Amino acid sequence: MLLPRVVKGVSSKEMLNRGLDRRDFLKICSIAAAAVGLPAGAGVKMAEAAMAGQKPSVIWLSFQECTGCTESLLRTRFPGFAELILDLISLDYHETLMVPSGHLAEKSRMEAMDAHKGKFILVVEGSIPEKDGGIYCMIGGRTAIDILKETAEMAGAIVAIGSCSSWGGIPSAEPNPTGATGAPMILEDKTVVTIPGCPANPYNFLGTVLQYATFGTLPELDELARPKWAYGRTIHEHCPRRAHFDAGRFVEQFGDENHRLGYCLYKMGCKGPVTHANCSVQAFGEVVDAWPIGLGHPCVGCTEQKVLWRTAIHETVDIERPTNPDTYPPIGAPQGKVGAVATGVAGLVAGGLLGAGYAASKKLGDETEEEEG
Amino acid sequence: MSDRAEAVGGPILTKATRWILWIGIVGIALILWRFGVGLGRSTGLNDGYAWGLWISFDVVTGTALGCGGFAMALLVYIFNKGKYHPLVRPAILTSALGYSMAGLAIAIDVGRPWHVWRIPLGGFPDMGKYNWNSALLEVALCVMAYIIVLWIELSPAFFEKWKDSPKEGLANFSRKAYGIVNKSLIWIIALGVLLPTMHQSSLGALMLLSGPRLHNLWNSPFAPLLFLISCIAMGYAVVVMESALASRFFNRPSHTSMLASIGKVAAYIIWGYLVLRLVDLVLRGRLGLMFQFNVYSLMFWIEIICFAVPAVMLMNAKKRQDLGYLFRAAMMLVLAGTLYRFDTYLVAFMPGENFSYFPTVPEIFVTIGIVAIEIMLYVALVTIFPILAGRPTTAEAH
Repeated sequence: MLLPRVVKGVSSKEMLNRGLDRRDFLKICSIAAAAVGLPAGAGVKMAEAAMAGQKPSVIWLSFQECTGCTESLLRTRFPGFAELILDLISLDYHETLMVPSGHLAEKSRMEAMDAHKGKFILVVEGSIPEKDGGIYCMIGGRTAIDILKETAEMAGAIVAIGSCSSWGGIPSAEPNPTGATGAPMILEDKTVVTIPGCPANPYNFLGTVLQYATFGTLPELDELARPKWAYGRTIHEHCPRRAHFDAGRFVEQFGDENHRLGYCLYKMGCKGPVTHANCSVQAFGEVVDAWPIGLGHPCVGCTEQKVLWRTAIHETVDIERPTNPDTYPPIGAPQGKVGAVATGVAGLVAGGLLGAGYAASKKLGDETEEEEG
Repeated sequence: MSDRAEAVGGPILTKATRWILWIGIVGIALILWRFGVGLGRSTGLNDGYAWGLWISFDVVTGTALGCGGFAMALLVYIFNKGKYHPLVRPAILTSALGYSMAGLAIAIDVGRPWHVWRIPLGGFPDMGKYNWNSALLEVALCVMAYIIVLWIELSPAFFEKWKDSPKEGLANFSRKAYGIVNKSLIWIIALGVLLPTMHQSSLGALMLLSGPRLHNLWNSPFAPLLFLISCIAMGYAVVVMESALASRFFNRPSHTSMLASIGKVAAYIIWGYLVLRLVDLVLRGRLGLMFQFNVYSLMFWIEIICFAVPAVMLMNAKKRQDLGYLFRAAMMLVLAGTLYRFDTYLVAFMPGENFSYFPTVPEIFVTIGIVAIEIMLYVALVTIFPILAGRPTTAEAH
């Protein structure tokens, strides 16, 4: 594979000093751009911005979370995490990854906010407790709500990574003792791009962040502020086991013959038909089949607030629009069309009947009055 | 019962009926053309949508509109409301015509109509191979039987005319047949109430057989009952419309107060329908589908509003006495029932992502032609035979 000779743990300037030439650096940027689906030429732009010292500043806030989203981000290769934080972005605050601690850590957040006011990317990981004034998550003596609001005020773009920060996630499961909720619910007046998932697929995150870093724009979002390119379709639509669903071949019990044959997991409670995510086509950390259905377990619907922790894992979901017809439209055969003339005729007939009926009713009414009069 | 009815008389062909006749002739020509070129070329049907306009309108809606006879029989004979009697015979004529034309439409729509005669014979010569649990077979048998029953129910009108015929044979036959039919009328009427109960509910069951391909707003185990209830309401609405129009065009008594109280009955039935429809959605946890603001929820709302408006209109006891007002409410109710059937058979049916259906121009004109033939036959029969109530306006005293 055409992997650049990357020396881990050193900055781009040092890389250049040690012999990382322009060609190799462009490769890193182009691979990063291609891996997350940015247009051709984005790699060059990214490299130019990085060389000019305009790497976007990122402030990463962690609240009620398990650090799973960070962990999965650490495991990407295109770009690797080292390239990401050393060459492509400037990670100014991240409690797990930063060197300073205590007051020094808070100080670097304040400095980065001041230096990149209105331009830095704010990433939120973990849910925010609202109950009892938000006292269940405090950092440096301040509540999560407080810190989030303060930081978001100066941010250029806000990204919520993982289901916790998107809508509450596990901490918000009933009975929700801390009143946990997501960043969009706290920052109601701001656009918060949500990248739900438990953990979120790191490439969905990188694609969004690198697009903002390179072009200063956000991808097209759906009504829950999820990037459409990643969450536009349900798992069911691109499921590798879909052919078995259409053919009516289902796993009836874990470990049965059908399970070993890799049949559809719908009857085991798979939430694929109602879950919007791209797990089936964008492998986690480049490990093929490293996701529930790939491993033989039903999808639990981790990206959907309405599904995860609200329906039991074994419960089946309603399928509103099944697409398993008895007969498939033959390729190239007529599949029905709406004729312009036919539509016109139908409209004229319907309108004519209604009009005639109304006119008749008017006359009938007049007659009744005459009779009465 | 029959002594009040009177033939309209006069010429059948007037300026208006000539136009209707021409439309009917165009329809017949297109039906012949359809048998020449086949369904694929003449209609918009395809592998996904095997049932189109002819089934959803001519058959499913057509028979529901033909439920006037059924609805009136329920009222007059089951609930023993004899005062509505003058409305029964015209209602049965509309039903007989509606059902006959629905039968014609099925014959046009099925692929091999020349096998139709085998259905009542149990699939002759392959006897015993029928699936007697089939809802479609039930519809076919019931509709066939009911067409015959309806014409028998109407036959006293023909015999009354023919028994005074100068032709000796016809007169003798008519007198004898009149006696037989009159004596056995109780059984025929009983059949005439039973059969529509069966097949109108089966028409609701048909689309349930497509399973998850029917949208959940219409995919209800109550669909057969909903179809039955709504067809009775539609039957009353058609009686109101037919009676109002006949009174105008043939200068007959308008029975307005009688029609108004039928309208009230229809209103109660619609309320029952609406409550059942909503309770069913609640019980099955499908209420949220109403608020998805897609084409399905939009059609659902249009349909429900079309039902609710006449239900409210017909509750107004004072305005109900205005024939025009009554006619508007009945028209709305017919529209609502028609929409419910179109939604169930076409809109809510999802055969697959890539299929679409819209009737072709010839398809639409066949349907219009069939309706035109129906109107022509209605005019001809009420002109010749004693069907509509006679001119003296003493009907209330009956």
